[in-house]
Amino acid sequence: MIVAGCDIGSLTAKAVIMENGNILADAVMRAKTRPSESAVEVMQMALEKAKLTMDDIKYVVGTGYGREQIPFVDQVESEISCHAKGAWQIMPSVRMIIDIGGQDAKATRLDDNGNVARYIYNDKCASGTGRFLEVMAEALEVPLEKLGELAATSTEKLSISNQCVIFAETEVVSLVNEGKEIADILNALHHSLAKRVSSLARSIDVRTDVVMTGGVAKNVGVFNALSEALGLPLKALSGVDPQLMGALGAAYYAAEKVGEMKDAGIELRGHNT
Amino acid sequence: MSIVAGCDVGSLTSKAVIMKNRKIIGSHIIKSKPRPGESANTVLEGALLSAGVAKEEIQYCIGTGYGREKIEFVDEVVSEIRCHGKGARWMLPTAEIVIDIGGQDCKTMKLDKDGNVSRFSANDKCASGTGRFLEVMARVLNVDIEELGRLSAKARDPITLASTCTVWAQADVIKYLNSGVPIEDIGAGINSAMASRVAILVNTIKPEGDIFMTGGVAKNIGVVETLEKLVGRRIKKTRRADPQMAGAIGAALLSLEKINGSEKPESMNTDFTSQPSVQERSS
Repeated sequence: MIVAGCDIGSLTAKAVIMENGNILADAVMRAKTRPSESAVEVMQMALEKAKLTMDDIKYVVGTGYGREQIPFVDQVESEISCHAKGAWQIMPSVRMIIDIGGQDAKATRLDDNGNVARYIYNDKCASGTGRFLEVMAEALEVPLEKLGELAATSTEKLSISNQCVIFAETEVVSLVNEGKEIADILNALHHSLAKRVSSLARSIDVRTDVVMTGGVAKNVGVFNALSEALGLPLKALSGVDPQLMGALGAAYYAAEKVGEMKDAGIELRGHNT
Repeated sequence: MSIVAGCDVGSLTSKAVIMKNRKIIGSHIIKSKPRPGESANTVLEGALLSAGVAKEEIQYCIGTGYGREKIEFVDEVVSEIRCHGKGARWMLPTAEIVIDIGGQDCKTMKLDKDGNVSRFSANDKCASGTGRFLEVMARVLNVDIEELGRLSAKARDPITLASTCTVWAQADVIKYLNSGVPIEDIGAGINSAMASRVAILVNTIKPEGDIFMTGGVAKNIGVVETLEKLVGRRIKKTRRADPQMAGAIGAALLSLEKINGSEKPESMNTDFTSQPSVQERSS
C-alpha cells in the first residue's frame, strides 16, 4: 500500500512517498508564494523519482504552515504531531524534539508511548527562528547551507548581545566593520540562536533523548551549540534528513490510517491527478 | 553671563545646543557618523558657528545619549533619561509625562515638581516600538518618516498588522504592497502598530497631566494622534524648540545648574511627597 506525506512550510515544501514503512522517494523545494502550488510541485517531484502517479497513492496526509491549502490531501495533522510521529518511528528512545523552522521554533516532549505530552513554540518574535539565520546569512553574504561548516573554522570567541533580529543585524555589521572574522561572527550567532531556543525547551523540562528536526538541524554549528546550551548531547537522527521529519511523520499517519481502514474493510481507491 | 553647551550623541542623530542664561543662542543637528566622537566634534562646531561663540567661551558642557562616553570635550556625562526630563520641562513647563522615542529605543518618564524623573520604563531590547521600526517600514514604502506620518490622515481602510515583531511585520507590509493595497492604508496600519506598542510602555507608568513627546518620531503625526487615542490624553506641542533637541537642551540646562548651583536652593522638608525613584524596565 503506497501512501504519502506532504509538509508545506513557510520556506520549503517537502514530500515523502512510503510503501509498507519504506521511503520510496522524497523531495524538498523552496516554497512558492501559493502553498497549493508548492504542494502540487513538490508532490510531482517525489512521484517522478518514485516513477509513480498520483493514482498509485492511496492516502495523503498534509502538514505544515500551508496544510489547509494542499489540494490533494485526505487528512491534515499539526506539525507538532507529525514531527513527533516521524522522530518516534525512527528513534523510540526520543523524549524531546526541537524543531527550528523558517519562521518558528517548537519544543515537544513525548511520553513513554510516543504521544505528545507538552509542547511550546515561538512564532511571535523572529529571533530564535530560522529567519534569524536567514537574515544574518544575507547580511554576511554567506549561503545558508554553508553556515555550519564556516562556523566550524572559528578561532575567536565573540558574543552577540542583542536578541532582536533587527538590532543583532546592526551588531553583526559593526563586527564586520571592526574586522572580525565571518567564521567567528557565525559561531557567535549560532550560540545566540541556541541560547534562545534552549530556554524555550527548558520551559517544558528537557528529557532525554533530545533530537533536532527541521532544516536548521542540518547546520552542525547550531546542532553543537544547542547541545552545549542544553548541557547534554543531542542525538542525531540517522539515515533520515531532519528537514523531512514533518513529511515523514505525515506519511506514517497516512500508513496508519490505511491500515485502520483495511481492518474496517474499507476499500481505498487511488488519487486522481 | 554664563555660556554652556549640551551635546546629545544618539544612534541615529547627534544634537548640540549652546545656551546663554537659559536661552538657546545656537544649535545644530546632524546624522550620526559611525564614530560617536566624530559626530560630537562636528555637531558642536556647527552649534558654535550658529551661536557665534568660540569653544573657549563655553564654561561647562554636559554630554548625553548613546555615544556619550566617546565625547572628548565634555566636562561630565549624564543619562539621557535625566536630560530628556529637564529638556522637556523647559520646553513645556506643564509636562508631567515625557515620551522619548529614539532610533533604537523608547523611554517613558514621569517628572516630579522639579523636572526630575520619578519613574520610567524603557524598551531597548526589541526594535518594535522604537524609531527603527518606522525606519524599516519607511524604507519598504519608499517614503520618509514625516511623509509616513501624513499617510494616516489619507487612509480609508487601514490595514492591521498582526505581528509585533519588526521582521514579521515587514514581511506582511511587503505582501500588502504586492497585493495592491493603497500605500495610505498600509502607512496608517504601520503608524497604529507603532503607537499601540508605545502606549503599552506609557501605560506602565500610569500617565497623568500633560504629555510631551521628544525625539524624531514626535514629528510623525499619524503615530502621535493614534497614541493620544490609546493613552486617552492629549500630547502637547510646543514651538519653543524642535522636540528632537530635548536631550541636548536638558544637558545644557544641567550644565548651567552646575556652574550656577541649582537655581532653586535645595529646601529641606519640602511639602510634596518625594516619590521613591522607581526604575522599571520592560522589553
